[in-house]
Amino acid sequence: MISIAGVELETFERGHGAPILYLHGGAGIAVDVPFIDLLARERRIIAPSHPGFGKSSLPDWLDSVDDIAHIYLELMDRLGLTRTDVVGLSIGGWIAADLATKVPERLERLVLIGPVGVKTGPPDRLDVPDVFAMSQDKLDQLRFHDPAKNALDLASMPEEELHILARNRETVALLTWEPYMHDPKLKHRLHRVNVPTLFLRGASDGIICAEYLERYAALIPQARTETIAEAGHLPQVEQPSATAVKVLRFLQAARAAEASGARS
Amino acid sequence: MKAWHFSENAYPYLPPAEEYESIRVSLPNRIYDPKKGAALYDRYIDEWLVAEDEGVEIMLNEHHQTATCVDPAAPLVLAALARLTKTARLLILGNPVANRRQPVRVAEEMAMVDVLSKGRLECGFVRGVPYEVLPANSNPVRMNERQWEAIDLIVRAWTSHDGPVSHEGQFFHHRNINIWPRPYQQPHPPIWVSTTTPGGAGRVGARGYVQATFLTGYRGTPAIYESYRKGWREAGRGHDVPVNRLAYAALVYAGESEAEAR
Repeated sequence: MISIAGVELETFERGHGAPILYLHGGAGIAVDVPFIDLLARERRIIAPSHPGFGKSSLPDWLDSVDDIAHIYLELMDRLGLTRTDVVGLSIGGWIAADLATKVPERLERLVLIGPVGVKTGPPDRLDVPDVFAMSQDKLDQLRFHDPAKNALDLASMPEEELHILARNRETVALLTWEPYMHDPKLKHRLHRVNVPTLFLRGASDGIICAEYLERYAALIPQARTETIAEAGHLPQVEQPSATAVKVLRFLQAARAAEASGARS
Repeated sequence: MKAWHFSENAYPYLPPAEEYESIRVSLPNRIYDPKKGAALYDRYIDEWLVAEDEGVEIMLNEHHQTATCVDPAAPLVLAALARLTKTARLLILGNPVANRRQPVRVAEEMAMVDVLSKGRLECGFVRGVPYEVLPANSNPVRMNERQWEAIDLIVRAWTSHDGPVSHEGQFFHHRNINIWPRPYQQPHPPIWVSTTTPGGAGRVGARGYVQATFLTGYRGTPAIYESYRKGWREAGRGHDVPVNRLAYAALVYAGESEAEAR
């Protein structure tokens, strides 16, 4: 646990090498999974549980993505991450994008996988379907390419995991309820993000549509988008290898370019 | 002990149940016929007037975007009843203050009804059932904290009489609180707070407000009342809790015989 501004932050580390600050999505973090293993083979992964997720505490005053981004500014200082790659998924993508507007000079490259955080569509239509107003079945249909294979079996889940799952959901509601899944200011600040940025989404993602991703990416000068086949909102779960390959290739490209630059 | 006539102002003219997904929140309002609705308001208000004639007090509540309770603005009906009735106590149970953005506005509405009814208001506050958060777009997290900050702010608005006071809290901000009218009853109308768990009741007891509960039955209710009494005693209000501090809405089924009612 790392103590920052009243938050006891559960932080995982895996692997060695150049750092990746890994910001998990709304379902919380599981570190001993294929996707993290694949990343950790080549890189040092630093993965905090956001305040209110996993075993990280949630102080009364904390209620926004902006608050969490400020906690992570301090975390980066404490861990000596003067420059780091950042990978954020879903709500973690929102935190990553927010963080990038605050300290673009501290980032090498940025990867946003199925990120929320901006609103680019019209007022009379939700950019992101209302995940709080649908059944678990419907939600699973939207977020998985193959719902039958990936749906959680709550009945067989240990008590402690169920508690964490419920708490994670509560914190997602706290952070994203209104404005729903976005900060109206963020899209006017993304011009500050002056690092190469990769936007990824699963081709079957029913939460983040292709149009949303394109419009989000258009707000960051050096951004491009890619799609992962046969995956929904959690491509790291449904296609861990394909997702890890895309992420690592994008991040290593910077290092390769830097290395060749140093040689010449 | 007092008895209260409670009506949810339901809209009963619905298609067969299998034709819609839910009676609440998502049921299209094209099903609602305003002419039938107007006749229903007449009927429900008439029923409350009959209750008054029979010496029973009046209670109303509010829900939103539902056919089960077409009274999304209970203070409006309360204002009508304040003029139509003469003697009955008027209980609103209650104001969903965790879902209202301006507690001071709620304080104004309630003070106005208290004056209109010449001091017959019984002012309830409720946290609201889960499906109320969507109609209000209200964050479901920290509702309890929000509710209590709102209640305390409303009481302060009711009881501050020497020009503007301010409130800068966790959830609500008002730089200039100086409501007109102020309540008819002094220092303020009786306050009711509903809860269905022992956790919430201690705090209600500490403040001495009326504890309302329902659907908790023989098993759950004693624990809630005991928690209330504990809060009452720890706040130094004395050992005995007056029975009029504890309210219960019992479900009663009527029939020609006990078997039929069951």
